[in-house]
Amino acid sequence: MTGFDAASAAVQAALDAGARYADARVMHRRYESMSARNGDVEELTQDESLGLGVRALVGSSWGFHAVPELSDSAARDAGRRAARIAAASARVPGPPIDLVPAEPTTASWASACEVDPLGVALSDKGDLLVGATATMAAHGADVAEGLYQVWDTTKWFVSSEGHRIDQRIRECGGGISATSVGDGETQRRSYPSYRGQYGTTGWELVTSLDLPAHAARIAEESRALLTAPECPAGETDLILGGEQLALQIHESVGHAIELDRILGWEAAFAGTSWLDLARLGTLRYGSELMNVTIDPTIPGALGSFGYDDEGSPAVRRDAVREGRWVGVLAGRDSAAVAGLDHGGSVRADGWARLPMVRMTNVGLEPGPHTLDEIVAATDDGVLMDVNRSWSIDDKRLNFQFGCEIGWEVKRGRRGRMLRNPTYTGIGPLFWRSMDMLSSETVAWGTPNCGKGQPGQVGHTGHPAAPARFRNVRVGVRA
Amino acid sequence: MNELDLAARVVELVRKLAGPAAEAEVVVTRSDLALTRFANSFIHQNVAESGVGVRLRLHAGGRTATGSGSVATPDGLTALVERAVAAARLCPPDRAWPGLAPPSPVPSAPAWDEATAFAEPGERAERVRAFVAATGGLEAAGYCRTAYRVAAFANSAGHSAHGGSAEAALDGIARAGGADGVARLCADRLADLDGAALGARAAAKARAAADPVELPPGRYEVVLEPAAVADLLHNFALWGFNGKRYAERQSFAEPGVAQFDPAVTLVDDPLAASGLPFDDEGTARRALTLVDAGTTVAVAHDRRSGAEAGAASTGHASPGAATFGPMPTNLHLSGPDGPPATGGGTAETPLGPVVDGETAALVAGVERGLLVSDLWYTRVLDSKSLVITGLTRNGVWLVEGGVPVRAVRDLRFTESYPRALGPGAVLGVGRRPVRQPDRFDGVWWDAPALRLAAWNFTGGASG
Repeated sequence: MTGFDAASAAVQAALDAGARYADARVMHRRYESMSARNGDVEELTQDESLGLGVRALVGSSWGFHAVPELSDSAARDAGRRAARIAAASARVPGPPIDLVPAEPTTASWASACEVDPLGVALSDKGDLLVGATATMAAHGADVAEGLYQVWDTTKWFVSSEGHRIDQRIRECGGGISATSVGDGETQRRSYPSYRGQYGTTGWELVTSLDLPAHAARIAEESRALLTAPECPAGETDLILGGEQLALQIHESVGHAIELDRILGWEAAFAGTSWLDLARLGTLRYGSELMNVTIDPTIPGALGSFGYDDEGSPAVRRDAVREGRWVGVLAGRDSAAVAGLDHGGSVRADGWARLPMVRMTNVGLEPGPHTLDEIVAATDDGVLMDVNRSWSIDDKRLNFQFGCEIGWEVKRGRRGRMLRNPTYTGIGPLFWRSMDMLSSETVAWGTPNCGKGQPGQVGHTGHPAAPARFRNVRVGVRA
Repeated sequence: MNELDLAARVVELVRKLAGPAAEAEVVVTRSDLALTRFANSFIHQNVAESGVGVRLRLHAGGRTATGSGSVATPDGLTALVERAVAAARLCPPDRAWPGLAPPSPVPSAPAWDEATAFAEPGERAERVRAFVAATGGLEAAGYCRTAYRVAAFANSAGHSAHGGSAEAALDGIARAGGADGVARLCADRLADLDGAALGARAAAKARAAADPVELPPGRYEVVLEPAAVADLLHNFALWGFNGKRYAERQSFAEPGVAQFDPAVTLVDDPLAASGLPFDDEGTARRALTLVDAGTTVAVAHDRRSGAEAGAASTGHASPGAATFGPMPTNLHLSGPDGPPATGGGTAETPLGPVVDGETAALVAGVERGLLVSDLWYTRVLDSKSLVITGLTRNGVWLVEGGVPVRAVRDLRFTESYPRALGPGAVLGVGRRPVRQPDRFDGVWWDAPALRLAAWNFTGGASG
C-alpha cells in the first residue's frame, strides 16, 4: 500500500465506525546521529521508523490510535480503534468541539536541501567530529564532545474533508562543546550553541558552521572560566547574545502564546499561560521594539514546513506587534474554541503521536542596532551568551536562565570574563525593559522542545539577535 | 514469530552478512502504550499506540555501529542489518568496545498484570471520571496511563533473555481559584489506582492552597512531599549516580564518602515492581545500593562505563547510554526502619494541605518552615555540585508550630541537591514511600516525604 492508501483506509474505517471527522498521517523517518568524545566516535545511531496514526472525532470527543504497519487491515483496524477510543472519551465529556474551516488541499512539498545529509559519507562525518573533539581535548577540555543529528521525514496526510498532502522534510545540524572540570564545579563552552545549530536544510548547514575553527577557542574558554570571577549579584543592564535570546523567546513568548496552554489543556503538565484571550490585541507584552512573528515559511529555519499536521498551509502571522500581543499558535479545534479563524501550528512527533499545538518559527524581527553599538551604549552591565540552564514557571512568567559565559561591560567596553552568569525575571516586565535590539538576526533551531503526554519532542526555530534589557537581576546562586 | 525468534533471526542475519567473527546484540520490544488525558474536567486527548522496535548493536572489524527500526518484516530486518554492517565499516575504530555479555542466568521478573496490559480505553476513562467527580466541582486535569511491553534479548555470544512488564499511573491536579493540588501514583496494576481517592486528595490540597501569600526568599526548613522528592531522585540518578558522568568527574558521587545524612539510603531496585529483568546488553537487573546510611557506595554502569572504571556492569545499559551515560531509573529512598505513621484523611486529621500520616508526622516537628508539594522545571546550573534551579508547584504552605497555617505563593529555588541532603541536613524521612510515575513508563521513583533543615529559595512569585 502507498502512504496515501493506508491513510485513506484508516480515515474511512474511522468514519465507518462513527467518527464525524478523521485524519491520518503515515510517516517514514530515517534518523541518524553520531557523537564523539575526546577524539573518538562514541556512538553512531541509525533508526528507521514507519507507521500510521489516525485521529477520530466522535461527537465532541477525540480518539487516536497508532500502529507500526501499513497493511490495509492494520490501517482499518487503527481507524476503528481510534473511533472506539473517542467513544470512551465521551464518558467524561466536555463542551462541543468544532474545527475552523480548512480548504481541502491536494499538495506536495519538500524542504530545500543542497547536500543530502544521509548521503555524506559516515567517515567524513566521523572525521569532522573526531577532529574537532581531539582539538578541544588538546586545548585543555576534560570532556570534549561533538554531535550531529539528521532527520529525513516523509509523510502522507489524508483527512475526511479531502486533504491529501505529502511532504518531505530534511533537517540536520550539530555542534561541539568543551567541559573543564575544576574543584567542585564544571565549566562548559559550546559552539555554535548548546547541542548545536539545526535547520530544515541539508549538510551544507553543518559545513557552514566550520566546527574545527572554533574548537580550540571554546576549549580554552572553558578552562579559563574555572578561574574567572563570579558574575556579580544584583540589578544591572543585561545584554543577551542572540543564541540566548532565542531560548528566552522560546520559553517566555513561544510557549506562552500556545493556545492549548491558554485554554487550560496543558494545565496538569506543561502548564497554562499568563495570557488571557480577552486581552488579545490590547495587552502590552513588551517594549515597542518587540515584534514577534509566527513564521513557518522561513527557508531553512528548523520550524518550517509546507503544511502543518492538520493540513493547514504555512502562513506567516504576527504574535507581538510593537510590543502588543496580537496572535497565538493554534490548531483547528483550539482556534474554534477561542473564536479565532485559523489553526496552522499543529504538529506530531512521528506517526505514533497525536498532533498538537507546537511552535513553528517564533522569533523577533530585526532591530535597528548592532551588538557593538549596544555594548558601546552601555555604561555598566553584563553581557551573557550561550544557554546553560533554563527554568520557567507553569504560567510562563517567572524565569531563571544560566549562560555559559558572561563579560563585564563598563563604560561602553566589553571587559573581563565572568563565570556562572545567571539572570532572572518576570516575562512581561523583562520584555518591556528591552531598549536596544540588534539587526544581526540568526534563525536558531531548537531540536529538543518537550511537550505532551506521552512526551513529544518538537523542532522549533527562533530568529533572534542580541538585545539589551534594563535593570535585570543577575548573579543568582545557591 | 515471537520476540525471541526475531532477535535470534537478526543475530543470524549478522552472521550471514558480516561474517562469523562479528559480534551482535539485539533487543526486540513490542509495546502498547495508552494514555487518557483530561483537562478542564473532560477527556480532551485519548491515545493508544502499538509499537515494535528492533535494536541492533554490531561490532565488526574493531568498529561499532547501532541500528534500530520499527520495520520488523524480513525485508526490514535485512535492511536494518545491512545498514549497520555498512555503517560499522565506515566508522572509526572503537577502542573501548567492552565485548558482549556472556551467557548467564537472568532473574525472574515479577509477574505482570494482564488486565493492566490489555486495559480498555473505557477502564482508563472510568478512573478519570472518578477522579473528576471526587474533586467536587473543581476543575481537574491530568492523565491515566497503562503500558505494557514484552522484550527479548539475544547476542552472538549465545546469551538470550525474555521478559515482560505492565504498569499503570494516574496523575492529576484539581484547581480552585488559581490554586492547584496534586495526587500522583504509579502501580503494577490498574486496579490499584483509585481515581476517587486521588481526586479527593488533589481537591483537598487545592482548596487548602487558596489565597496564598507571598513570602520573602531565603533559607527555610522544608517538608518535601513524595512528588517533590521524586524530582530529587530523578536528578540524583541522571547527574550523580551515572557511571559515565562519574568517570568524567562531572558527578558529585564519591564512593566510600559519607556524602549524605545517615538517614538516607538509596537503592535502585528495578524488580521491586513490574519490570524487565535484563538491560539492553542482556545483563541481569538487580537491586543496587547507591547510598547506604549516608555513605555513597556505588554508581550505575553498563558494560562500557564499567570497563572504563574497572567495574562490572550493574545492568543499566539503555539506548543512548554511550552518550548520556548509564543511570538508575527505579530509585527507592528509605530512612531508618520503623512503623509507618498513620493518619491523614481520617476523622482526626481530615484531608487538607497534608494528605497522609507520614507527611503529617514530619510537619508536626517543624517550628517554622514550608510544606512543599511538588517541584517544577528543575534544571542544572552545575552538574558536579548539582546546583539546580526550579520552582515549587501544586501547593506550598507556611508551617508554624507544627501546623500548616496558610498557603504561600510559588517560590523559585536555587539549591545544591546533595548539600540539601548532606550530613546533618535531613531531619526526618517518611517511612512509607509512594511510587511516583515518570514521564516514561518503566521509570519510577519510590519517594517518601522528607524533612530538610534548609532549602534555598531565591525568588518569589513576583521575581
